[in-house]
Amino acid sequence: MVGVAVEVEGLTKSFGSQNIWSDVTLTLPPGEISVLLGPSGTGKSVFLKSLVGLLKPERGSIVISDTDIVRCSESRLYDVRKLFGVLFQDGALFGSMDLFDNIAFPLREHTRKTEAEVRRIVLEKMDMVGLQGAERKLPGEISGGMRKRAGLARALVLDPEIILFDEPDSGLDPVRVAYLNQLIVDLNAQIDATFLIVTHDIGTARTVPDNLGLLYRKHLAMFGPREQLLTSQEPVVQQFLNGRREGPIGMSEEKDVAQVEAEMAALQARGGDRHNGVGPKGAVGGDAVPPQLDPSPGLPERRAQRRRQERVARMLHEFDPATADAIRASLPADLLAQADAGVLTPPAGGRHWATDSTQAIGVLPGPRDGR
Amino acid sequence: MTAPGKPEAPGLLDGKLSPTRPLRASGDLFAFALDTVRAMPKRPFQLREFVQQTWFVASVTILPTALVAIPFGAVIALQLGSLTRQLGAQSFTGSASVLAVLREASPIVTALLIAGAGGSAICADLGARKIRDEIDAMEVLGINPIQRLVVPRVLAAMVVATLLNGLVSVVGVAGGYFFNVVLQGGTPGAYLASFGALAQVEDFWSGELKALVFGLIAGIVASYKGLRAGGGPKGVGDAVNQSVVITFLLLFAVNFVMTAIYFQLVPPKGQ
Repeated sequence: MVGVAVEVEGLTKSFGSQNIWSDVTLTLPPGEISVLLGPSGTGKSVFLKSLVGLLKPERGSIVISDTDIVRCSESRLYDVRKLFGVLFQDGALFGSMDLFDNIAFPLREHTRKTEAEVRRIVLEKMDMVGLQGAERKLPGEISGGMRKRAGLARALVLDPEIILFDEPDSGLDPVRVAYLNQLIVDLNAQIDATFLIVTHDIGTARTVPDNLGLLYRKHLAMFGPREQLLTSQEPVVQQFLNGRREGPIGMSEEKDVAQVEAEMAALQARGGDRHNGVGPKGAVGGDAVPPQLDPSPGLPERRAQRRRQERVARMLHEFDPATADAIRASLPADLLAQADAGVLTPPAGGRHWATDSTQAIGVLPGPRDGR
Repeated sequence: MTAPGKPEAPGLLDGKLSPTRPLRASGDLFAFALDTVRAMPKRPFQLREFVQQTWFVASVTILPTALVAIPFGAVIALQLGSLTRQLGAQSFTGSASVLAVLREASPIVTALLIAGAGGSAICADLGARKIRDEIDAMEVLGINPIQRLVVPRVLAAMVVATLLNGLVSVVGVAGGYFFNVVLQGGTPGAYLASFGALAQVEDFWSGELKALVFGLIAGIVASYKGLRAGGGPKGVGDAVNQSVVITFLLLFAVNFVMTAIYFQLVPPKGQ
């Protein structure tokens, strides 16, 4: 099973007269892990809730397996939602049920499985997230990290094709965040679903995803392969990924240009990001592209990895040299050779990528047949 | 990166003074009520939740109801006792007391308790779930919270309300008897003999029907307010407060209308 793509186009959301973000266009490629970053209060959670149809954007479309969930009927929406697994910030477990019943809940509501089957599936998922032996605990009795993992297990029981994470790192210590990140990568290798993580943890953003996006000033400032943002010269992206004060993002609103320039000059005088020390939340200085997390030994390879390599190889020429170099460093030799020989045609959708099923190239496992 | 149409800072009174605002709120409540009624016959019926909720609502309302019903019956007995003595119609004390308790006192007491104790408990429960994202999680799992949570609660409130009405009738009449006979020196025989002189079975049925409607309204308003709670724990408190106030207003208005209709439909005994 391969996850489905999520195609978001021109999405705009306001509450009353307050605009949250407008004209957000991006595609979550099937089976890949994407991270959406953004300063606090930029509407990342609102974006997530819009994706599952809990909030209705005013304009634009969200197409998931041929259904525009902004405009479809309520009953169709409930059907599409069965494709989703969502991990809410605090796990959103049902407080009146113990962990086993919480995780069994979707199975009991939606399937006609026998209690023995339910038990087998629930224990398997609890094992996946490392919660063996905690079946009879109530959500109020366990730590925040366990609640998150239990919420994740509940999101997994219906074998979702898209999994959304709302700030998986919030309220966890850095070590647990690292474990959770590894768990996310391992899960992706096992179930090959499409992942979207909304966070402001820079360590997660640097090491986990295939694609990165940044919401800033009511717009999607940038969305693309991780190398594109990690090597970006865009001041906002650089400031955010390095977790520093110097740059256009201010405490409550944007700063004036002169102040930003003065700050940047001072930063350069100190030696730039590379000598800026380690910032908060796992930021490491500079525009380095750290290696991506691999699945734990013994697990299958991430099938999305090959699909993604092929995808970025096709759009190699669209990036600036620094990004292109970083991408080339991540590609295997056969793809690199094909890219240099000009065999690979760019995808139809351009920079933001759209499913391209017109040609599957010789040796490559072609992208999933979309529409 | 330029926004189409410069976004404006939200004003303090944004939409708060709009003349259509109360209309929108009541329309929203009505739409919610329709959704609930439409979801009632939908399978699978949540029997477990319904039984649990019925037990829950009953457990928070039975004792306070009984305790309120006793003084209510007593007050009616005291008022009637002195009034009938002044008029020289002591023999009718019993029948007047039964009439007052069955027709008005028990639906009113039921309304107070089902809204104040049952409704507030339902609203607080749903509100707490809402702010913990449980309701969102449920929707995302493809389960309609109206069918799964609201319908069993509304039905539970209706069932418990009709049962409470019976309880109040019995306790109220018994309380009236005690005060009239033991404290005011009335004659037990006269009290019991006049029991059926004025009251009729229709009075009891009208009380039960009122209680059923009160349970429906209290359940719907409490669920509506609970599911729309927002803004953290304070939001839940506000929602409970509003739910009780709105339910009281609605119940007393509906009680008036139903009483007026009753007198048009059922002629008083002896006419």
